[in-house]
Amino acid sequence: MTHLLTFLTDILSDPAFLIGLIIFIGLLVQRKAFSDVVKGTLKGILGFLIIGAGAGVLIGSLNYFGQLFQEAFGVAGVVPNNEAIVSLALGKYGQTTAIIMILGMAVNIFIARFTVWKYIFLTGHHTLYMAALISAVLIAGGLQGFHLYAMGGLALGFAMTAFPALVHPYMREITGNDDIALGHFGSIGYWSSAQIGKLLGKGSKSTEDINFPKSFDFLRDSSVSISLTMMVFFVVMTVLSGQTFVRETLGISEHYILFAIKQSIMFAAGVLIILTGVRLILAEIIPAFKGFSDKLVPNAKPALDCPIVFPFAENAVVIGFLMSFLGGIVGMGVLIAAGGLIILPGVIPHFFTGATAGVFGNAVGGRRGAILGSFVNGLVITFLPIALIPVLGELGFANTTFSDTDFIGLGILIGYAANYGAAFLTSLIVVLTAIPFVYTAFVKVRGK
Amino acid sequence: MKILVVCGSGVGSSLMVSMNIKAILKELNIDNVEVNNTDLASASPTMADVVVIGKDLSNSLTGFNDVIVLNSIIDKKELNEKIKEMLTRKNII
Repeated sequence: MTHLLTFLTDILSDPAFLIGLIIFIGLLVQRKAFSDVVKGTLKGILGFLIIGAGAGVLIGSLNYFGQLFQEAFGVAGVVPNNEAIVSLALGKYGQTTAIIMILGMAVNIFIARFTVWKYIFLTGHHTLYMAALISAVLIAGGLQGFHLYAMGGLALGFAMTAFPALVHPYMREITGNDDIALGHFGSIGYWSSAQIGKLLGKGSKSTEDINFPKSFDFLRDSSVSISLTMMVFFVVMTVLSGQTFVRETLGISEHYILFAIKQSIMFAAGVLIILTGVRLILAEIIPAFKGFSDKLVPNAKPALDCPIVFPFAENAVVIGFLMSFLGGIVGMGVLIAAGGLIILPGVIPHFFTGATAGVFGNAVGGRRGAILGSFVNGLVITFLPIALIPVLGELGFANTTFSDTDFIGLGILIGYAANYGAAFLTSLIVVLTAIPFVYTAFVKVRGK
Repeated sequence: MKILVVCGSGVGSSLMVSMNIKAILKELNIDNVEVNNTDLASASPTMADVVVIGKDLSNSLTGFNDVIVLNSIIDKKELNEKIKEMLTRKNII
């Protein structure tokens, strides 16, 4: 009996087996064929183990990055990258993350079922990343056990409905219909971009009247864009640190420039490995989630990944990326002048969130909206991580951090609330979760 | 037969489109077609017989013989027509 109990607790406390178990149950409930159940369960566990392997590759490169940056500039530098920080978080809080993810998805369906925010958040990797962020922040805030899971599930479910709701008015302007919502945790940046477009973009023409070269297309291949930007950083830092530092302090015998180039591509390799693992897990979890919500939530609106808005304003995508990246460089300059921690512009967040911010800015405020809105997005994702890092607990010491606005925004909110004690934190999360219900009651009363 | 759906990161949009394709196949009672999704860098011609990709990324994809390019990745009608056309061409329906 004790053996069986140990066996069961071991399964529940090992994140890889826990993910496998969740998928196993999900597939059984959907009455899948035996072969599909076996395949899906194995792939889920495989995915989790692959994420761990990718984390090892990434950390190797990031550690060199941290040492080189410190030597070259005398201050600490952080490259925001969701995949990197999440792989570290899963190593530490994998079990909590898995439980919070499943509870959060259930809360999402519940809120969508009973309120006017009918958004079902289908961007699974962002759900996973948000679950990891919430786990890290709540654990750093001292929550544990059932309390931790309950608060985590509520916070995640709230984020999955509230952020799509925040940007939906502008999504309607972009897509021209009410059916598709945006499920991407950069919403605070997109919302800001739309506000700036509204404020400053009056009478500005659409970006789509400009003829643009297609030469930025290749940057959308994340392996290429990550390698190239990391290469710029690595080579500059290695040259500034000097060959002696590389050989003697880091103990690298190969040529220091080749070492720099290899480590930059190694970083991209780590991200690619982690994404493969994430893909294996999500391919089993998301279809089940969609299956449940299709049955349970009438008139649900799928909240989808940000590239769904790209075809609506292709020039705004290019402008948005460039201006956001410029915002990141300007922001980095300000941080260097101010001294202290430096946030480097990561190409992936600037591409995806910058491009999306560009599309939002353009929809409301034309060219001026796209340019200024995405520039502000770039500033926001550079400055906000500074406030997030102290509340990330053990993860705050990594050379990387979360990169998109909503992870950072929600992390800062609940992280600083935790300073006022667990009771305050609990009340805040309960109040947040109540917002959609109160709003729905308000809308219905006004409707009558 | 194998269908591979490709997007920038290989985890978001491509998963959505692959779920939609699976729904179409189920509607047609086809169960011998496998659908997977991946990112641009990992996609290789040996992985699939047919590749599905959004218009905005189609220039970055090379080396594949049979590519279905979607003008809009959220347009289920377009997807439905193009998948059915391909299945007819391959003598599956």
